[in-house]
Order: sequence, then C-alpha cells, then structure tokens
Amino acid sequence: MKRILQAALPPAVLLALVIVAWHYAVVGFGIKAFLVPKPASVLKAAIDGRSELLQAVGLTAGAAISGFASSLLFGTFIACVFSQSGMIRRSCYPYAIFLQTVPIIAIAPLIVVWFGAGVGSVVLVSFIISLFPIITNGTTGLLAIDPDLLDLFRLYRASRWQVLWKLRLPHSVPFLVTGARTSSGLAVVGAIVGEFFAGYQAEKHGLGYVIMQAAGFSQTDRLFAAVLASTFLGIAIFGLSTLVGSTVLRRWSDSR
Amino acid sequence: MSHELSVNVAKVEMQFASGQLGVRDVNLAVQRGELISLVGPSGCGKSTLLRMIAGLMAPTAGTLSVQVGSANDSRTAFVFQDSNLLPWRTVFDNIRLPLELRGVPFDQQKVAVENSLKLIGLKPDDATKRPRMLSGGMRMRVSLARALVTQPELLLLDEPFAALDDLLRQLLNEELLRIWTEQHWTGLFVTHNVAEAVFLSQRVLVMSKSPGTFIADIAVPFAHPRDPELRSTPEFAKLTGEVSRRLREAAR
Repeated sequence: MKRILQAALPPAVLLALVIVAWHYAVVGFGIKAFLVPKPASVLKAAIDGRSELLQAVGLTAGAAISGFASSLLFGTFIACVFSQSGMIRRSCYPYAIFLQTVPIIAIAPLIVVWFGAGVGSVVLVSFIISLFPIITNGTTGLLAIDPDLLDLFRLYRASRWQVLWKLRLPHSVPFLVTGARTSSGLAVVGAIVGEFFAGYQAEKHGLGYVIMQAAGFSQTDRLFAAVLASTFLGIAIFGLSTLVGSTVLRRWSDSR
Repeated sequence: MSHELSVNVAKVEMQFASGQLGVRDVNLAVQRGELISLVGPSGCGKSTLLRMIAGLMAPTAGTLSVQVGSANDSRTAFVFQDSNLLPWRTVFDNIRLPLELRGVPFDQQKVAVENSLKLIGLKPDDATKRPRMLSGGMRMRVSLARALVTQPELLLLDEPFAALDDLLRQLLNEELLRIWTEQHWTGLFVTHNVAEAVFLSQRVLVMSKSPGTFIADIAVPFAHPRDPELRSTPEFAKLTGEVSRRLREAAR
C-alpha cells in the first residue's frame, strides 16, 4: 500500500499543480475560451457530453483492439514465414519497413477510397500502423536462438515444424510481448487517425470524429475533453497490454 | 543394449569455412561400453570432434562412421557445456523433450521421465519447477536426465561440469560413474579437468593444441566401481601427474 502511494503520489501532486497553474494562467492572462478553455469548462464539457464521449471511447477502443489483435496474429504469422527462409526475409523485409516509414495519415484517405467509410477502414488503419513492431520483434525472437538449442533439436531429429512450434515460437514470446506493448499504443493512434477519414457512418462517432467536429466548430472545451479521453484510452490499452504481457512472461519462465 | 555400436574415426580433418583447421589426422576407435575422456588445451578441437561424432558437423576429410542403434532410432545423446534447457518448460517437460520429438506416447514419456529423475537424484517435487528456479548443479542434473531419458547407447558429454564448483563437480562425477556402472552405455567425455578425466574414464586421450590431433592414449587401470577415496591415493596422483605432463607438452 505504501509502495503504491509512493508511486502514485508524486504524479498526482504534479497533475494537481498543472491544473491549478492552467486555471490561473487562463484567468490571469485573459486567454480566450476558444483558444484554451479553463479546466472547469473542460470538465463541464466532458460531463455534459458524457454519453457521446463514452460511446466514442467504446467505438475507438473496439477498433483499436481489433486492429491490434489482427496485427498480433498476422504479424506473428509473417514473422514465422520470415524465420523459415532467408530468401523471403531478404526480399520482403524492406517492404515491411515501408509499413513503419509511410505516414499513416497519407495513406488513410487512400484506404477509405478503396474500402469505403466504416469500421473496416478504421480497423485497417489501426492494423497497418501497429503491424511493424510485431513483425520485427517476432522475427528477432524467432531467429535469435542459441545455436546449442538448435543442435539439441537437430540431434533428436526434430522436423522443421517441431523446431518452429516447440523452440522458435516459445522462444519468441518475450520479444512478442515487447512488440505488442509498442503496438498497442500505436493501434489507438491508428484508430483515431482512421476515424478522421472513415468514421462509422450513421449516428455513431468515434473519438477521431468528435475531435475533428469539435475543432471544426471551435468547441475547444469539447475538443480538450475528447483529446483527454483519447489519452486515457491510450494509457488504458497500453496498461492492459503491459499487464497481460507481464502475466504471460511470469507464466512463461519465472514460477511454476 | 542389443544394438550394434561402433565408432570409427580415421584420419579425420575438419576445416572451417574460415579456412582455419579445427582438427587434423584424428584416429579413434571406441569399444562398446568404454568410457573415454578427451583432454586438451582450450580451442584444440575436442568439442569439434565430439560434434562430428554426434553428426552435428561433417568432417572435411577422412572417414567417420558412427553406428548406434538403427538408422531411424538414434541412440546417441549429447550433454552440452551449458545445461541448454528450455526456460519456458518445467523440469518434467524439459526431460521429456527428446521423447516428445520422437513421437513417444505421453504415458510412456511419463514413466521414462520419472525413472530418469530418480536415476539422477532429483525429487518428484522438482519436476514442476522451471530452470530459472534451479541452481547450476541442479540444471546440469536435469540436462543429464534429459540425455539419459532416451536410454542412449552412446553418450557424448561436452565439458558438462565445467561451470560448477569443485565439490559439486566431484559429486556429479561420482553420480555419473554410478549410472555408467549400472547402465553401461558407451561414453565420450570432453573436459579440461585432469582429475575428472582420470576419475571417470578407462582411457584418457590427450589432444594437441589447435589444430588438434591425439598425442597420447593413457590407460586408467583402476577397477570399477570406483570409490571417491580413489582420488587421494598415490596411484591416482601418479596418473594425473602423467596426464598433466602430457597436457603441458600438448600446449607447447
């Protein structure tokens, strides 16, 4: 309990100080509300628009988790393929890097052109942006095997499939956990960017849409509330994946 | 132990891809049931030879024929210098790995692992632990148990106890010798510890510095089973003295 308090207290105090400073800066310098709203107005906007915000958080979370889960599965699969052939790896890896370097914001409109507006495109954007860390970390983990362990499997005449399934894949788990942590944060960013362009049609709006709309109407307090909600969502998903990851790792090697 | 067993190495040479010579002109014939130690300066090619006999490397010249068991039922086991356990598997699952890879049914695996655990002096309790929870000596025991679980006819050991403290090493030497006396597999034991080589084996082969070749074949006439006290006899000291002298020549 004391340890939790020691860890939580300093950032909480800092947050309180920042909020107080924010309030007095806005009041003291007479900053206009459409530029920087007071903390209290942001809170009010969040409470007033809570049903819209909650729905938006839910939709964005759903899209981000779907994108993340697909990149975890597909990325692991790609990494397995890469681990099986140096030829495939050398010819495809440069294009995997493309996933990392292409500005997602630049291809998101293209995705909407190809796949239309709607949840599919949002998930796809989230998937593309979160795929790369899984591929790189997975491939590293599948290949960085102690040669003695490979010799052990060779000595017992293990098949290629047995080496992959019983040696390479379990060995890559800690690497995949690291990749998944990075990837989970990116998936949220991807979902919000996707929503900027794709949205969900009908009356359902994700956080990305709320942010765009609030900015369009200069509803800065609502914009702040949506940005904060996005941040909390990102932290929650990152925290969740860290928690799941460390549980997996504990089961993987530490205790019985 | 009804299978054929023969290990014949004639004029074997190993040249690495770098062009460097690992071993040269190595000749070795192993009798069934023999326990032979190989000693030599570090980097002389002892491990390379062992790996070639295991079939993990092919010689670049000479003939090497190892016949153990039948073609599809390898009876060779290898114990690595590092315990080489899979950290995500329990002791039980590590030991049963060779059987699992061979497609042995699980209930048979279970019986074999339990026997192996008992043989190597591990408690049934230890079976559920992960390698990270074990001491270095325990890990090496598990590694030995994994090698013995297949009931090998030829056991190749590559400095298995090098990382252990001296007392533990002596203890494990005694255990290994007890198991050998019970089971009588054929063993090749690579080490750089002279006392260990003499205590364990019936013959000590001394290898020259790299590229290694055998320069001495010293018979160890002590009867089996051997008592730990053997180490403090003058005869033992005399023999280790001779092996050490040959080793010093080898390093020159």
